Amino acid sequence: MEYIGKIFLILLSSILINNFVMSRFLGICPFLGVSKRVETAVGMGAAVTFVMAMASLITYIVQYGILEPLNIQYLQTIVFILVIACLVQFVEMVIQKSSPTLYKALGVYLPLITTNCAVLGVAIINIDEKYDLIQALFNGIGAALGFTLAIVLFAGIRERLELSDIPKPLKGFPIALITAGLMSVAFLGFQGLIK
Amino acid sequence: MNVILLSLLSLGGMGLLFGILLAVASKKFSIETDPRVETIRDVLPGANCGACGYPGCDAFAAAVAAGEAPADGCTVGGTNVARQVASIMGVDVEDRERRIARVLCQGDCENAVDKYEYKGIEDCVAASMLADGFKGCGYGCLGLGTCVRACPFDAIYIDNGIAVVNPDKCTGCGICVEACPKGLIELIPESSLVQVLCISKDPGRQVRDYCKVGCIGCRLCVKACQFDAIEFADNLAKIDYDKCVNCMVCAEKCPTGTIYADFAKRKVAVIDEENCIGCTACKRVCKFDAIEGDVKKKHRVLQDKCTGCGQCVEKCPVKVISME
Repeated sequence: MEYIGKIFLILLSSILINNFVMSRFLGICPFLGVSKRVETAVGMGAAVTFVMAMASLITYIVQYGILEPLNIQYLQTIVFILVIACLVQFVEMVIQKSSPTLYKALGVYLPLITTNCAVLGVAIINIDEKYDLIQALFNGIGAALGFTLAIVLFAGIRERLELSDIPKPLKGFPIALITAGLMSVAFLGFQGLIK
Repeated sequence: MNVILLSLLSLGGMGLLFGILLAVASKKFSIETDPRVETIRDVLPGANCGACGYPGCDAFAAAVAAGEAPADGCTVGGTNVARQVASIMGVDVEDRERRIARVLCQGDCENAVDKYEYKGIEDCVAASMLADGFKGCGYGCLGLGTCVRACPFDAIYIDNGIAVVNPDKCTGCGICVEACPKGLIELIPESSLVQVLCISKDPGRQVRDYCKVGCIGCRLCVKACQFDAIEFADNLAKIDYDKCVNCMVCAEKCPTGTIYADFAKRKVAVIDEENCIGCTACKRVCKFDAIEGDVKKKHRVLQDKCTGCGQCVEKCPVKVISME
């Protein structure tokens, strides 16, 4: 029971308290790049969730199956990048074959995730926090859900910004960056949620 | 040494393993696509303008290969592309003439008066919502550039308050036709050199008040046209491009200069007198009395009377008349 409680805690903390975009500042590139419309933001979020969960599992196995026994942990970064890039490619092929609808919905976002630092970030954090396999998996899912939450909220705000009367020098990206900053401040409010 | 070797082997091994895995996966999960899609895509212009009704050239190519879109659906590519696509698909297409967009209004800052000063959003759609726009004429071009922004080929520009199409850049995709809130842009066959540049349906007296170059409905052009090519309805003359032979007589007669004709491209008939058999067929068909000559004698074209309508060229039984 205590274990389930801990997993729930990991999930909650990675979604809200240690939100990847808002407090760890990872995955800012897609966060700003594909947040112009809610629809695409949801697509990106779904793709990231899928890849992060898979990456958490595989990198965990690689870390404790290969790197630790051979005592070559310093290769962690490059091996993880290799694993993630390969994984994304593989997943893309499988999805294209098995579900053309999902493939169309995810579209270009799937390959884009290869270079998403949040995916690498979650893999490394899993190791640093010394999570076990289940915990790593849930940390990955939580981080991705947090990313999705942030990007969808942000896209919603940006859609409204398009239509509002904004001073000319702030139009477009400047106001988006300010908005992101304010959102980050708001997410800071979750810090005291768990002691 | 051992560490280097170990890391080299493990990393290299992993890379190799993943490589093989991906190679196998790409074979196993390969999707069989219609090879025609790729070849069709290659002959398309690649502008992704969407004039065909599909999101881009890729989607259009896929639709053609699937038999959903016609082979000549790409207006931008014109006949050339249509023929290539058709040969890939193994079908025939009829040759269609290239069409060019034309803004049917000449009411620029000098010719037309405004009814109020507009200081709103710089967009024709927005402006036209306010009492049909700021122009005295409710039909006229507002010149705020909605079509300019819509054009994917940079072929429209604003000149002195009205939109003008650059015929060299225009591909006839028809996107501006949809974009113009006034419905002022029309696709006109390239060979057609005469156009009525007004769509105002107001009575003549009203048109005179707000525009110097609007159609006042005087019907002089209708009377002048020898080929029955001008239709008149709702106080407005309209040219039937199928019937028009580019004689440009209507443009000469039009008192307001509403009818535009490209006089620089006007031709004159020339008879090769060496081979003329004097049959008088051309003389009889000429509606402008521009050919003189007696039976069995050489015929001659009166240059100042010839309008270049080309009727004699078709009639001549020995084909000795040419347009120059």
